[in-house]
Amino acid sequence: MSFAPVVSATGLRRTFGAQRAVDGVDLALGAGECLALFGPNGAGKTTLLRLLAGLARPTAGHARIGDVALPEAAARARVGLISHKTMLYEALTARENVRFAADLHGLADPTHATAAVLEALAVAGRADVPVRALSRGMRQRVAVARAVVHAPDVILCDEPYTGLDEVGAAALTALLRARQAAGAALVLVTHHLQEGLALATQVAVMRGGRFVHTAPGRAVDPATFAATYRSLVA
Amino acid sequence: MSAPGLVATALRIARKDLAIEFRTRSAFLSALVLSLLAIVIFYFAWDPTAVGPAVLAPGVLWVTFTFSGLLGLHRSFGVEAEDGAMDALLVAPVPREAIFLGKALANLAFVLGVQAVSLPALALFYNLPVGSAAVPLAAVLVLAAVGLVAIGTLFAGVAANTRLAELLLPVLALPFFVPVVMPAAQATARLLAGRPLAETMDWLRVLIAFDLVFCWACMVVFPHTLDD
Repeated sequence: MSFAPVVSATGLRRTFGAQRAVDGVDLALGAGECLALFGPNGAGKTTLLRLLAGLARPTAGHARIGDVALPEAAARARVGLISHKTMLYEALTARENVRFAADLHGLADPTHATAAVLEALAVAGRADVPVRALSRGMRQRVAVARAVVHAPDVILCDEPYTGLDEVGAAALTALLRARQAAGAALVLVTHHLQEGLALATQVAVMRGGRFVHTAPGRAVDPATFAATYRSLVA
Repeated sequence: MSAPGLVATALRIARKDLAIEFRTRSAFLSALVLSLLAIVIFYFAWDPTAVGPAVLAPGVLWVTFTFSGLLGLHRSFGVEAEDGAMDALLVAPVPREAIFLGKALANLAFVLGVQAVSLPALALFYNLPVGSAAVPLAAVLVLAAVGLVAIGTLFAGVAANTRLAELLLPVLALPFFVPVVMPAAQATARLLAGRPLAETMDWLRVLIAFDLVFCWACMVVFPHTLDD
């Protein structure tokens, strides 16, 4: 049986002037796999996620979701993006924000999908409150709900735990695990090794736009990896 | 699951933008206040013994509508920039033309709303004989609004990606407003002067031609303005 990646990139490069933000990255993640991506600020992690989301065009190389090249709409339809920015409209309620995303994806039953994902992230009780009146942590939960309401095959997470308290972080981890078990591929960018390693099936350290270290996530000992990481980014 | 079509997506985006504006009312009230203040200032600067109201009013009308409309146009992409919402819109499987169309529809409703309040105020201050020319005047206002909104939406999208969005939008958009405002002002002047409708038709045709050109060109160009 051949390996069919859900998300893949080959020779992916993105330059800004003379600076190579992403410099020849190759990756392939199958269903249910999670790449935990670590690296110092400016390593190119966010740019890589933007390339994988179809938000930025590569200078060279290409990225695919399944067998569809980004940034085709059919590829973007299978992507969910969670960022440290909430990407929400403050004047709309949590429910309206998530429902708007569900509508844009053409879900068959957007009302039910919206209610279900808000329930899963423990936001249902505040669903009809304008986002501007929500705490930072609660906004982040709504942002996660917005990103996964269409049950994407690929979830790209850029510091998704920003602003979340313990309950929110646990709800997010549970949701990501559930999506992973259902076959979604995850790319998780974080500075927190424990959070990343908890879900990872692959780990990578990025520096200067390149993967400078990769390893199978299940085999990684957190303490050993922490020491390796420190030496790589020092 | 299948992504909705261009028109359906555009209507959803327009509805979302109008819902936000309805709740905040920030841009609409600002545009309305600016519009009414401009009418009042022009009125008190006017010497009715030197210039008749039907001569002055078309200029006042179009200066007022042009500048008040800019406020709403800037706001339309401002809401997307607040916390990175534009990225969510771009990741969704929607055609970029639908984003333009949705924003333009919401902006059109905004500009027509400002016009609907400002025009009676102008007629009141200048004692204009709007009644007999109401229907053709309304057609001129709508046609001009379509052109202004198409151009303004394009440049609001361009300016939103810069740090000087509020300053850049008028600098970029105003020169392109001229081909729309010129026939609109000419047609308005003839209608308010009580000239035969036939004299206005040529300017209306020019206005329609510019509308078609600008709507098509702006929708074609807009997707490229969003490239990272």
